[in-house]
Amino acid sequence: MRWLLLKDLRILRRSPLLVALLVLYPIVIAVLIGFALSRGPDKPEVAFYNGLAGAPAIVELGGERIDLTEEGSRLFEEIDPVRVDSREEAIEKVRDGDVLGALIVPDDLASNLQSTLEPGTVEVYYNAEDPAKKEFVENTIEAQVQQANAALTKRIAEEALDLLDLISEGGEYSFLGQEFDVLGLARAERILAEARESLPPGSPERERLDEVIEFGELSRENLAFSDDVLAVVGEPIRVRARALEGGSTSLNAFAVALAASVSLMFITLLLAAGMLAIEREENAFGRLVRGLVSRSALLAEKAGLAAVCSTAVCLLMLAGLGLFVEIDWGRFPLWLTAVIAGAVAFAALGLAIGALTREVRAASLLAFMLSLPLAFLALVPSGAVAPAVYDAIRAISAVFPFKPTLDALDAALNDAGGLAGPLLHLAALALAFGVLSRIALRRFA
Amino acid sequence: METATATTIAARDLVKRYGERVALRGVSLAAGRGELVAVIGPNGAGKTTLLSILAGIQRADEGVVEGPGRKHPARPGARGSSPIGWVPQQPALYGKLTVAENLMLFARLEGSADPAGTVDRMLDLTDLRDRSGDQVSTLSGGNRQRVNIAIGLLGEPEVLLLDEPSSALDPRQRERLWEFILRLAGEGTTVVYATHHIQEADRYANRLVVLADGERVFDGSPRELEQATGTTGLDFEQAFVEYLHQRGH
Repeated sequence: MRWLLLKDLRILRRSPLLVALLVLYPIVIAVLIGFALSRGPDKPEVAFYNGLAGAPAIVELGGERIDLTEEGSRLFEEIDPVRVDSREEAIEKVRDGDVLGALIVPDDLASNLQSTLEPGTVEVYYNAEDPAKKEFVENTIEAQVQQANAALTKRIAEEALDLLDLISEGGEYSFLGQEFDVLGLARAERILAEARESLPPGSPERERLDEVIEFGELSRENLAFSDDVLAVVGEPIRVRARALEGGSTSLNAFAVALAASVSLMFITLLLAAGMLAIEREENAFGRLVRGLVSRSALLAEKAGLAAVCSTAVCLLMLAGLGLFVEIDWGRFPLWLTAVIAGAVAFAALGLAIGALTREVRAASLLAFMLSLPLAFLALVPSGAVAPAVYDAIRAISAVFPFKPTLDALDAALNDAGGLAGPLLHLAALALAFGVLSRIALRRFA
Repeated sequence: METATATTIAARDLVKRYGERVALRGVSLAAGRGELVAVIGPNGAGKTTLLSILAGIQRADEGVVEGPGRKHPARPGARGSSPIGWVPQQPALYGKLTVAENLMLFARLEGSADPAGTVDRMLDLTDLRDRSGDQVSTLSGGNRQRVNIAIGLLGEPEVLLLDEPSSALDPRQRERLWEFILRLAGEGTTVVYATHHIQEADRYANRLVVLADGERVFDGSPRELEQATGTTGLDFEQAFVEYLHQRGH
C-alpha cells in the first residue's frame, strides 16, 4: 500500500494545476460562504447630516438633562457615518450610490422633544434599487432608533417615578435653578393627624379631618403601585432569550466552522473519488487486484490519501483564518479529531462515488454536484420551510457527512454542544459508505 | 522454440454469466510449457472473459482453473506475486509516471527482491532504456504496449496471458512485438493470447482455441482448422470464417 500511496502523491505532484484548483477552489468557496453568512457590510456607510451640530442638543425633561448627542452616538456603533453639511448633500450621496443610506437629524429635534407636544422626527433615505440593501439599511437604522426611543422612554419614566415619589413622601426639588420643599402626602398626613389630636373628641372638624387623612393614606398606597406601572410603561416588553438547541456560537465563529467543513468536503470528495476512478481509467485496477493489492487495501489507501491531504489543507486554512478570527488554540486536539473524523467520512463517501461512477470526470462531476446542495441543505434553519420539508431536509442531511462534520467542527472549535454525538455519527457514515464502495468495487473492473 | 511439454495452465468447464447473458458455456483449455495458444473468435465470443478468468481478475460462476501456484474454483488470486503474467488489451499504466517509475512500482508490488535490477532487465528486454525517463503519456501506442507487456513479465511468470496484444500497433511494431513474444515462448514461457488478427494466429500459434457465442467450437492446430472446413483454395482467414459458418455462427 505504501508504494501505491507514493505513486498517487507523485501523480498529484505532476498535476500542479489540478492540485492548485483542488485546494484553492474549495477554500475560496468556503471563505465566500463564510463571509456571506457572517456579515453584510460590517458597518454600512450612511451619510449623516446632524442639524443639531453647533446648537445645544440638551433636552431637559422634569429637571433631568438628556444629551441627545450622547444618545445618538450609540447609533454610530452600528453604522459608519459619512458626515455631510446639508440634507441635500446626504440625499445626493444616496442617489450616487456612494453610501447605502442617509440619516438626517433635523435642526428642531431638540426643541420638539423639549416641548413634549410632538415627537422628534429623524429622516432616513435609502436606495431601493437593491432590495437586500434596502432591507439592511432599514433594519439597521430602525433598530437603532428603536433603541434610542426605548432609552429616552426609560429615562422619562424614571423621572416620572421620582416626581411621584416626591408627591408621596415629600422632599427637596430643584426646578430652573430654584430649590423647593415639597410637603408630600406622608408629611401632610402626619400634620393632619397632629391637628386632629388637638381637637376635642366628637367635634365635627375632627370627623372631616379623618376623611382627609383617609384620602391621603389611600393616595399614598395607590402611588406606591404606580412604580410598577411606570416601570412597565418604560419597558413594556422585555426579552428573555434562551437557546434550546445548539450552543452560543457567534456568527463569525460559526463561519469558520462552516468554511472548514466546506473545504474539507470538496477536497476529500474530489480526491477520493478521482483517485479511485483513475485506477480504472488507467486500466490498472485489474492488474492491481489480481493479487498485488486487495480491494479493501486499495480503498483504504485512497481514503487515507484523501483524508490526510484534506486534513492538512483544512488545518492550514484554520491557521490562516486564525489570523483574522479568534480561534481557541487550546482546543487544537478537539479540532484535529473533528477534522480527521469528517475527512474519513467524506473520504468514504468519495470512494463510493468513485466506485459507482467508475470515471474520473463523472466522479468529479457527481462529487461537485453533491457538495453544494449538501452544504446548503445543512444550513436551512428550522421554521424557514414547512415542517414536513424540514424533516425531509434533516433526514437527507443525516445520511451525508456534511452536517455532522459541521456540528463536530462547531463543537470542537467553539465549544458548541457535545462532540461525541457528531463523531459517532461520522463513524457510522464512514462505515456505511465504506461498505457501499467495497460492494460497488465488485463491478469496477 | 521448445516443444510443448507438461500442462502449465488448464481451465475446465468454465461458465460465466453476466445477468441473463451467458458469456462462457463450459469452456475448457489447456496449455503446456513454451506453447503459444491463440484464442480467436468473433466479437462477443468470450475471448476476453476467458483470459480475465485465467488471469484471476474475474471469477467464473462454474468450473476450475489450474495453473502455477493455483488450483481453485476459478477465483481471483490471493495477494502476492503471480506466476501468471497478465497483459490487458488497453495498456494498464499510469500516464503521469515515467516508464521506469511504472516498472518500479509494479516490481515492488510484485514483491521483487531486487526491483531496480528487475526494472533494468525489463528496460533491456523491451529496448526502452532510452525512453525510461519519459512519461508514459508521451509514448507511442507501440511503446506503451511494450511497457504493458514488460509489466506483465515482471514476476517472471510461467504463463503469460495477452489480450489483443497487437491491436494498437502498426505492422512494423507488430513484427517487433511478435519477435519478443516468440523469444519468451522459446525460453519456456507459456503464452495464451486472444486476437482479432487471424493471420497472427495462423503465423505464430502452435494451437488455436476458437470460441463462438461462449462455446469452444475448435481446439487444434491451424492446419487442422483448415482441414476441418473440407474445402480447398482458401486462405486461413477465409477458412476460419467458413468453419464458423458451417457451424451456424
